Amino acid sequence: MRIVNQVVNSDTVRASTWVMAAGTALDAMAITTSDDAAAQEFAQVVERHRPQIFRFLLSSTRDVDLAETLTQECFLKAHRNWGSFRGESSAMTWLMRIAINLQKDHWRNRRMQFWRTTRTNSVDLDEASEWLPSGESSIEQQLLAKERVKQVWTAVKGLSERQRTVFLLRYVEEQELSEIAAATGLSEGTVKAHLSRAVARVRLELGGRR
Amino acid sequence: MQRFDDNTDGLKEQVVDFEDAEFEEALKNFKSSVHAWSDAAYSRPRTVAREVRVRSWRLAAGWALGCVLVAGSVSGGLMERHHRAELARIAAQQRAVEQARQLQQQQARAKITDEVLLADVDSAVSRQVPDAMEPLAQMMADDETK
Repeated sequence: MRIVNQVVNSDTVRASTWVMAAGTALDAMAITTSDDAAAQEFAQVVERHRPQIFRFLLSSTRDVDLAETLTQECFLKAHRNWGSFRGESSAMTWLMRIAINLQKDHWRNRRMQFWRTTRTNSVDLDEASEWLPSGESSIEQQLLAKERVKQVWTAVKGLSERQRTVFLLRYVEEQELSEIAAATGLSEGTVKAHLSRAVARVRLELGGRR
Repeated sequence: MQRFDDNTDGLKEQVVDFEDAEFEEALKNFKSSVHAWSDAAYSRPRTVAREVRVRSWRLAAGWALGCVLVAGSVSGGLMERHHRAELARIAAQQRAVEQARQLQQQQARAKITDEVLLADVDSAVSRQVPDAMEPLAQMMADDETK
């Protein structure tokens, strides 16, 4: 009887061990599958939002290389924290928030390192204003449009960091005030106030009323 | 007068409308400009690989130079140490030779001194013995003769 018990016990142990091993393997497979799914999901997010993040950073810095670097950093940071993204806001808003913070950090670091001769690749306003789709307008109209674009660039350059961010998100990225508020971490009222001042500044530069 | 004011207000509204339209147009052009620039910059060929290669070449050159400097300073130090050890060995050898020479000289001087002293003692020793010791002296002389 004891022998039978021992046999049964050893069989039970072996069976339970096999079940545990199988369970572990299934868990591992499930983790792998979920990792793959997360990676695929993140790849789609990158593909969808990368151009927009790059465009925002380019318009903020007027430096192609810097915009590329900050875009890379933004998605690297997003990839590291992708697990903690709970989807309370849209992925675009979340990414834009990371990009804005990276840009702030960059300028803060540059201000802190004022003793170093840092090279800036920001293009001048003339060059930035060159990019204008020709459309079907005449040469005079194109020249006038370029001049106007240059004036807007001049005004944008003179804005404070927050005003510039809000202005670019509203008029280049065409985001809603609520989205801008979520991305910048400001209240909608503050966003409106910054936007209003930015618009007034641009109007003034364009020679219109305040 | 009333009609003139009305006309002025209308004109003002027209100006405001015109400015708004112009402003909107400027913003639209600005947006198009940024989008066009961004699209062109986004799709441009990247030069990162070349920069990395240049950077890696510089890195390799830096490492090579560093290795040469380290190897040079280490071998220089070793050579210097070996040179000093060699000089110390030669100096020690010379000192030993000098000491041996001085010892030999001292020994030679000591030998000469002993011989001179013995000769002096010999010469100073009295050849005359008391009468009572004469037989003994005779015996010593006989022994020496034998």
